[in-house]
Amino acid sequence: MAAPLTLLLIVAVTIRAALYRSSLADLISERVEVVSPLTAWKRVVEGLALLDLGVSPYSGDVFHETPLIIYLFHFLVDYAEITFMLADVITAVALYLTVKEYNKQVFRKQKYALEADRYPLDCLELIRSPKEMFYIPLKVAMFYLLNPFTILSCVAKSTCGLNNAVLSLFILSTVKGNVLLSAIFLSLATYQSIYPLTLCASALLYLMQRQYIPVNFRRASFWWFIVQYAFMYLGSLFVIVCLSFFLLGSWDFLPSVYGFILSVPDLTPNIGLFWYFFAEMFEHFRLFFLCVFQINVFFYTIPLSIKLKEHPVFLIFMQLAVISIFKSYPTVGDIALYMAFLPVWSHLHRFLRNIFLVCCVLLTCSALFPVLWHLWIYAGSANSNFYYAITLLFNVAQILLVSDYFYAFLRREHHLCYGLYLKRKDGSEATLVLK
Amino acid sequence: MAAHSCSYSALLLIICSVSVFIVADSQDTTLSGGHHAAAVEDNPQAATEAAEKTSEQPAVEERSWEATEVEEATLHEAAADKQDTPAPETEAPSPVPQPKDDFQEELVIRPLHSGDIYASFQFRTLWETDFMSGNKVSHYRLFPKSLGQVISKFSVRELHISFTQGYWRTMQWGQPFQPAPPGAELWVWFQDSVTDVDGTWKELTNVLSGIFCASLNFIDSTNTVQPSASFKPLGIGNVTDHRFLRYATLPREIVCTENLTPWKKLLPCGSKAGLTVLLKSEKLFHSSFHSQAVHIRPVCQDWQCKTTSWELRQTLNVVFDLHTSGQGKREWSLFKMFSRTLTEACPLASSSKIYIDITDDPQGELFELSPATPLLSQAMVLGDRRTFSVYDLTQPLTFGTVRSLNPLIRWKSSEGDMLRPLLHAERYVAGYGLQTGEIHTLMYNNHPYRSFPVLLLDTVPWYLRLYIHTLTVTSKGKDNKPSYIHYQPSKDRLRPHLLEMLVQLPPNSVTEVTVQFERALLKWTEYTPDPNHGFYVGSSVISSLVPSIVAMDTNITMDRPLFSSFFPCKEESSFFVRVYTEPLLVNLPTPDFSMPYNVICLTCTVVAVGYGSLYNLLTRSFQIEEPSPGLAKRLANIIRRMRGVPPL
Repeated sequence: MAAPLTLLLIVAVTIRAALYRSSLADLISERVEVVSPLTAWKRVVEGLALLDLGVSPYSGDVFHETPLIIYLFHFLVDYAEITFMLADVITAVALYLTVKEYNKQVFRKQKYALEADRYPLDCLELIRSPKEMFYIPLKVAMFYLLNPFTILSCVAKSTCGLNNAVLSLFILSTVKGNVLLSAIFLSLATYQSIYPLTLCASALLYLMQRQYIPVNFRRASFWWFIVQYAFMYLGSLFVIVCLSFFLLGSWDFLPSVYGFILSVPDLTPNIGLFWYFFAEMFEHFRLFFLCVFQINVFFYTIPLSIKLKEHPVFLIFMQLAVISIFKSYPTVGDIALYMAFLPVWSHLHRFLRNIFLVCCVLLTCSALFPVLWHLWIYAGSANSNFYYAITLLFNVAQILLVSDYFYAFLRREHHLCYGLYLKRKDGSEATLVLK
Repeated sequence: MAAHSCSYSALLLIICSVSVFIVADSQDTTLSGGHHAAAVEDNPQAATEAAEKTSEQPAVEERSWEATEVEEATLHEAAADKQDTPAPETEAPSPVPQPKDDFQEELVIRPLHSGDIYASFQFRTLWETDFMSGNKVSHYRLFPKSLGQVISKFSVRELHISFTQGYWRTMQWGQPFQPAPPGAELWVWFQDSVTDVDGTWKELTNVLSGIFCASLNFIDSTNTVQPSASFKPLGIGNVTDHRFLRYATLPREIVCTENLTPWKKLLPCGSKAGLTVLLKSEKLFHSSFHSQAVHIRPVCQDWQCKTTSWELRQTLNVVFDLHTSGQGKREWSLFKMFSRTLTEACPLASSSKIYIDITDDPQGELFELSPATPLLSQAMVLGDRRTFSVYDLTQPLTFGTVRSLNPLIRWKSSEGDMLRPLLHAERYVAGYGLQTGEIHTLMYNNHPYRSFPVLLLDTVPWYLRLYIHTLTVTSKGKDNKPSYIHYQPSKDRLRPHLLEMLVQLPPNSVTEVTVQFERALLKWTEYTPDPNHGFYVGSSVISSLVPSIVAMDTNITMDRPLFSSFFPCKEESSFFVRVYTEPLLVNLPTPDFSMPYNVICLTCTVVAVGYGSLYNLLTRSFQIEEPSPGLAKRLANIIRRMRGVPPL
């Protein structure tokens, strides 16, 4: 398996290197779909330039990266392209190893269940075979590396690629069962963009499942594990934040990074739902809707964790998707990360209801983004509503995609419990509905 | 008799202190420093006037009148000789007690090479008082009470405010006496006793807004900056802590009659007598350029500077377009410009004069001035030696037999070319589309062999996000690294970008400063009522010490003794110039203003779709669908339930 992966990495790096050398690179790095005010490379360079001028990068409203990013690129600014390619490669390899490990566990669990005769007899066609699972890790790496969204994001040098690398390392260390590394990477990801905070729940569920700690509020071992993990997570977060303080000698970065993410002052168009909504919002209701929209991102954590407590990896996928849809400054790089997981759920395809429609909509929207942007900004023959309509449609498609996978996942679990061909009381073929 | 030390430091790195000492005992004039000309006066009154020229009012200070009364024959007398002219009257200090306040008025008229006429009014009120001491100043004579109260209430050290309609075309018209950017400009130095400078500034702008009937109340933190080097105090006192300085421009401000009327009311004679009778708005605003200003500053009362007095200088500059109004005839008179003639000076004025610039026409070939006046005056204006015809309105003789004065210039030919201004600048926005753009500022040094440094001040509103790493400065195709950069990045909805830099302009070159910016999408309530008109960006301010035109003459040996001309002429070698570029008009992307409700509804719908579909899957479970019973069965069941019988 190493050879195809190496080949894939070489192809991916070649594509990126070729695009860096082409004239497209400048064009791509200006696209609002690819870079947001939080992740734009232009703003990183600006921050470094401000630092050179002796001005704090956080005294203005252009730079919103964390101090560690400044520190990183203070040394690597000349090797930025290599850094971003490396970040993509790390993400892909981490996802590859993650999925490989996860598949191993899925297969083991399935074997135990089969040995215990826990599956109904007619579910044999739902059972996953090692043969079909063999290529899934490679497909995941391919889905990430060759996804046009990832390529664009990398060519634009969006720091989203670095966030993705940190997130994928977090997932890898979680799936491998390394509690300390998992906590450290999660705190790094949180430090970069707050929202990964919600992944805490899924990491806890997974690690407890792996260590055979029952999820039971009355058990001391459950609480002890939570305290341990929280200590490691908060401790490393504290260390990172203090380190950033000592790097720059001021707390200015807190309002400039996290205040910026939460209060959404920059209404530059992007593929998310925030920009036009808050550009058109009545001043009186701004704070209310800001709270509603931000809570919306965090809100799904608890119900999803309860519903999916047996399947933490699917929970991670769901939460990554929810974050990338509802976060305040989404870019296509965020979407690429959760889309890389789609091959892992390829066995759900028979239960997906509107995958064709969703794929068509996503493809059409991706093509229409630059077109309508051009009509609005350059040609002047369209107005902002056109671009806004496309972002709405794009988000609806993403929501449908995610909820469709969620539906399919739940339905497969139901069938694994109650059999694939359900009968009514009178013996006729039954249809399954949500009630 | 007058001596002054006034330092005006234009730059942080280059501090140019200029002092003029006229040592009366030796009856010698010693000139040190750059842009001051010697003042040798033949009456004590004028001597004090020269004393107050210390002050570095950028354009006006250069005027120190030399030997006001000379015969026409001595017109071409060399300046060097003049400075040696003994002035016997200045030997003894004036025995007459100085009046506590004093008012002067003057009008300078300069025919421009483009054929236009430039008229510059100046009214100066001097008052020896102290607004800052504890006792309240309550007896006002010539000084306007409204401004006096402003000074004492807000602890103002200096106040400069200008309202301008139109853009001064430096390339066609040369340098103005008082440069001003289009729109309104206000800059104030506060006393260092002020603790809450921002609060005081906010109150002050609102009060001035009322006094001048202007929209100065739109000055807030988003268009106020504290330049570190470009605006130094012009009066006495060399406090350079820019925490007490506030500078703001409103490039969109439209100046009209309602601003002129309160401005005229500040004058002692109102619009009743003196030069002010000419200021009729129907003519003043029918012009290519109109700029009115008020400058308040403390100046020295005597050469030892023991007592200070407050100077209020009201200026009004106007450029009349004679091509359109003159029906092809190049002829100009006071009546044609202002539709009034002069009949008297302001009775309260100690001096009231009209100066007409005849430098370009020494032999009377180009134009003809009538009535002719025997009075001539020479002065250094903006580094150039100019000759003026003077009409003294305090002399009844000036008005002649018709009891009215109406100077008239009739052009004989339209030849003559203007010396290009040594420094001028222009600015534009490059790029297309509404996403990004690039601001280009071009600065021209037209001096044939000398380079000089300039200070460039740019204030850019926060909604154009500047990327300072894209800043390039190039002269003659080469990178020209600024020796000093002061950059303050913007904060959204809080403060603008401030970019100040010191650039050395090579001789005979164009220096191009470019910086890229990104246009922000604003909240719909932050747009002006006409958003597609665009947003104004205030003028760049270029301040510089420019080498003087006199010193530029290569043939200085022509009418000078050889022994005086070996070393380059040090006196008058440079003068202070402030150049304002054009304001920019930049379009921003706009949202659709008509559909806030729709957007709120649609976005909330999408969020609800997300919430609903997840909620649906989270709270419900899969169940086998049972066929619903038929209508008859259901009706039967209802009846059975009412009867208390178990249903079917």
